[in-house]
Amino acid sequence: MLQLERRPEASTTLRWLSPLLALALTVATGFLLFLGMGKDPIQALTFFFITPISDLTGLAELGLKTAPLLLCAAGLTVCFRARIWNIGAEGHFLIGAVAASAVAVSVGEAGGFLVLPAVLLAGIAGGMAWAAIAAFLKTHLNCNEILTTIMLNYIALNLLLYAVHGPLKDPYGFGFPQSVMFADAALLPALINGTRLHIGLAFGLLAAVAVWVLFARSFIGYQLNVVGEDHRAAAFAGFSARRLTWFALLVGGATAGLAGAAEVTGPIGQLVPQVSPGYGYTAIIVVFLGRMHALGIIAASALLALTFIGGEMLQIAMNMPKAVTAMFQGMLLFYLLTCDAFIHYRIRFRRPLPAGLSQPAAPAGQEL
Amino acid sequence: MDLLTNILAATVVAGTPLLLVALGELICERSGVLNLGQEGMMLMGAVAGFIATLSTGSLAAGIVTAMLTGLAMSMLFAVMAVTLSANQYAAGLALTIFGTGLSAFVGAGFVGQSIEGFEKIAIPLLSDLPVLGRALFTQDLLVYFSWLVFAGVALFLRFSRGGLVLRAVGESPGAANANGLRVLTVRYLAVAFGGAMAGLAGAYLSLAYTPMWTENMTSGRGWIALALVVFASWRPGRLLLGAYLFGAASILHLVLQGLGWRSPTELLAMLPYVVTILMLILLSFDPVRTRLNTPLSLGQPYRPGH
Amino acid sequence: MAVSAQRLKLQGIVKDYPGCRANDGVDLTVGAGEIHALLGENGAGKSTLMKIIYGVVQPDAGRIVWNGHPVTVENPARARQLGIGMVFQHFSLFETLTVAENIALGLPADEVRDRGALEQRIREVSEHYGMALDPRRFVSTLSMGERQRVEIVRCLVQESTLLILDEPTSVLTPQEVATLFKTLRKLARDGCSILFISHKLEEVRSLCDQATVLRQGRVSGHCQPKDLSASDIARLMVGDDTPIATQVSAAQPGDTLLQVQELSWQTDDPFGTSLKNIGFSLRAGEIVGIAGVAGNGQEELLKVLSGEITLKGEAIRFTGEAIDRLPPGARRARGLAVVPEERLGRGAVPVMSLADNALLTAAGQGLVRRGVIRRQRVREFARDVISCFGVRCSGEQSSASSLSGGNLQKYILGREACQSPRLLVASHPTWGVDVGSAVAIHQALVKLRDEGAAILLISEDLDELYQLCHRMGAICNGRLSPLAPASELSINQLGQWMAGNFEVEELADAAA
Repeated sequence: MLQLERRPEASTTLRWLSPLLALALTVATGFLLFLGMGKDPIQALTFFFITPISDLTGLAELGLKTAPLLLCAAGLTVCFRARIWNIGAEGHFLIGAVAASAVAVSVGEAGGFLVLPAVLLAGIAGGMAWAAIAAFLKTHLNCNEILTTIMLNYIALNLLLYAVHGPLKDPYGFGFPQSVMFADAALLPALINGTRLHIGLAFGLLAAVAVWVLFARSFIGYQLNVVGEDHRAAAFAGFSARRLTWFALLVGGATAGLAGAAEVTGPIGQLVPQVSPGYGYTAIIVVFLGRMHALGIIAASALLALTFIGGEMLQIAMNMPKAVTAMFQGMLLFYLLTCDAFIHYRIRFRRPLPAGLSQPAAPAGQEL
Repeated sequence: MDLLTNILAATVVAGTPLLLVALGELICERSGVLNLGQEGMMLMGAVAGFIATLSTGSLAAGIVTAMLTGLAMSMLFAVMAVTLSANQYAAGLALTIFGTGLSAFVGAGFVGQSIEGFEKIAIPLLSDLPVLGRALFTQDLLVYFSWLVFAGVALFLRFSRGGLVLRAVGESPGAANANGLRVLTVRYLAVAFGGAMAGLAGAYLSLAYTPMWTENMTSGRGWIALALVVFASWRPGRLLLGAYLFGAASILHLVLQGLGWRSPTELLAMLPYVVTILMLILLSFDPVRTRLNTPLSLGQPYRPGH
Repeated sequence: MAVSAQRLKLQGIVKDYPGCRANDGVDLTVGAGEIHALLGENGAGKSTLMKIIYGVVQPDAGRIVWNGHPVTVENPARARQLGIGMVFQHFSLFETLTVAENIALGLPADEVRDRGALEQRIREVSEHYGMALDPRRFVSTLSMGERQRVEIVRCLVQESTLLILDEPTSVLTPQEVATLFKTLRKLARDGCSILFISHKLEEVRSLCDQATVLRQGRVSGHCQPKDLSASDIARLMVGDDTPIATQVSAAQPGDTLLQVQELSWQTDDPFGTSLKNIGFSLRAGEIVGIAGVAGNGQEELLKVLSGEITLKGEAIRFTGEAIDRLPPGARRARGLAVVPEERLGRGAVPVMSLADNALLTAAGQGLVRRGVIRRQRVREFARDVISCFGVRCSGEQSSASSLSGGNLQKYILGREACQSPRLLVASHPTWGVDVGSAVAIHQALVKLRDEGAAILLISEDLDELYQLCHRMGAICNGRLSPLAPASELSINQLGQWMAGNFEVEELADAAA
């Protein structure tokens, strides 16, 4: 009889091994899947995981897609550590992009070194404002943040669509739903010349460092941890769940808003309806995969960024649906959670005792 | 008069998928399991049902396939959340993300194809009633079926021993186990029912509502259904009401446009989501009732013998 | 081979949990119609043994013989089928269901088709044994004593022939205990065997025919409790080298530190208790006790005093200052410390280290500067607590959940005591704690008192209250009785107060 048994202490090794295990299982499943579809699995996996990062341009593209994921994930880490299930990074991101675009469009061709900071700050403020709605609904009206943030994501998407069809639409854009191209003063400088990689990646890395400092050294980080692990102990200690909820959600809104602003002022240079391929949702996977730890989310952001590029690669090279990206991401999270179960549990094989019969008191079972 | 009938009829149609998926989730939550994967299971049901009908030509095959697909998806969730005691929030989210991706992947080749969807069937006599007759009793089979499921769920919870067991497990799995009830079996069955209903709700979208497949065609209905269950305080009667209310909200923009209201479609399309948030806010004014009715073990994993 | 007089026989029962052996070759025999006590201090393996008998957990080795036949009890359903009924300490009832529905859930489906017949049976059985019950009431509206009746009646309706009761008196007033014992004796006369699990020796001596004593997972003795003195049995329970009780010197009360007047608070929790017009005072250098059956407002009172619940008025005065509106941190800064009842999950975060758990309440002791944690100081503080209070652990980095109940409780109490509080509110500090730790905790409380701190002790353990307290009263349904000097308060009077009859004897708050 197979039995699931709680480990006396959670396994630290498995905690860090689990993401790698999940990745291996995902790759293996992908292999079988491609095989089943009649495609060459080795070739497909190579296109997906290897080809995109085999030259400098590819690496730059990877950094480009890592940046928004890392920024969103850094904010979500703060929320998830406190078990505030903010699913709204996508919405914060979109509103950040819209707000930044609004400023960039209204400044027009006016130059000056203040334009870019103003645009980015608008993005941050937009994301924070959007997150503040969820924070208010949670702290004052006791609304479940999962549902409100999801709904706010849909509302944000519609606001974005409204913006590109209405107020921010380029009047000379041949009817395309998009804004004008931003002026140079509103664009992020490149990080490596000759590539599209911009300093958004630096923002992301800074955010990860900030998350590290927050949880390793600061008392507020400690309080967030306590609220997440044990809200009754937090109440006993007198840590204000309300204040911490606001803090976490505002940080989440700020980083995702900045990510949105960096996306429109970086690689795109204008506001378009497809400004996000789902960065905000993917960032959730990043946080889980990265173990809610600064170093972990940096690595996980890069990996998930790769799935975006790999999906595009497969679409171009092997004529596969682009949705392969989303499927790989979902699979990864699924396997991760399954592997995570074995951090706290182990499987033991145990023979049931026959009625009334005694068995020597030796350890009754083998560990798996 | 005609306009009113049309609006009512459209409301029922728009509310039906919500009713189906929310009834499933209601049973699931009553056992203490919160499955946030509704959206993913619906999408999988929608795409699987569509493909099955397209390839066999049979709507029945589509429905069965969709329900089985939803059920299979829910079992993935159950293994993680019930057997392995994983965090239910995370496992449900994973299911939604996975289902969204997989359905898009599987359905990529079927976008733009079309099938013959469910036809409206007028029930003799009843459909001749003024106003309500055509709104309620000239609908497709699945609408009538949703009422059957509703009645079944309501009677089950109220009168059957199974309903009593379900409520007991949802309130206190530890006590249920001590009473000799099989907690994990009950939870598996509840999750399975939720999965099948989500699959069916998805199929309603791709086989009846708009007989075709598009990526993300549920557009948040699975999430709205989750809010709906809370709004209904886990009671089927209020759930029925709520589902049609949401149905009305989601066709409101069509009505307004029909009336010549000139307002950007994008803003009107937000309405169902705004209404959802408003409903959640409304609930906050009556926290005692929500707490009295919330299944006490909701979201908590259970392992017997620990 | 069947010996009909032996209803239950356990032989060589072994159960291992990761990191400890809870039962180590336990033998136990219960005869028909016998009231058998299973004695042992907390952690001796009583709960594990009874879970094995009831099929909640499976033994790793050993055999169970039921009415002469070897059996395997795979799960509680099987136990019930055999005729083994169990009354849990924390009841296994469903609050949102009625009494009849609760009982129906434990019976086979075909026996409960007819609700009317079931209700009739419940009435008959409960009245026959002097435990009147209304089958249509919702469990959430019942008192603890009534809930216990539901559990017992449920077993009787199932025609159990062995009734296991786990610490059944801990939720009863002294008067209710007397009624329960009458019922149990009647049951035994009717042939039902009773396994009575307890650590209260006087109760066992007055009720039980036979006793089996467990210590550290092994049987340390069998006896007939009526023939032995309580201290003899206690020695069997704890061994020779553990002190059994603290010697408590008389208190020297000083100035009034805490003054509570007309404190009322309305709960919004449908299952909670509202506080009604509570008033008492507490002086430096004294321990005041509040007795009461669980769920009568103790938790709410603790939260109102700690600041987890803040109030609007001026009902609570601490050193003259109204602190009703202050949050926990501000109250702590003024010298008000709290030890909550739940150790894991309120007093300490289970997954965090002892050092991290120090920060929970002691951040104000210079452990945090400008929002930055001073790790070195945190470790030093935790190490001080560990050494001063003899906490057995592998260091300040061990997780709270890895400690035994007694050691964790010593750490939590030590964490508060090391901050030199002026007032300590402790709720049931020795609940589920081994005797050695309990004595250490009592000593620590008395030492704090002698250093001039005021202590409010909320407890369900009357022995503990009588032993430590200078004055005491009882809380019932959110109302507090008058306080009386412990030396003048009869157990009978206290029992009346615990049941909510405050006006029987006129005892003013004499010492105030």
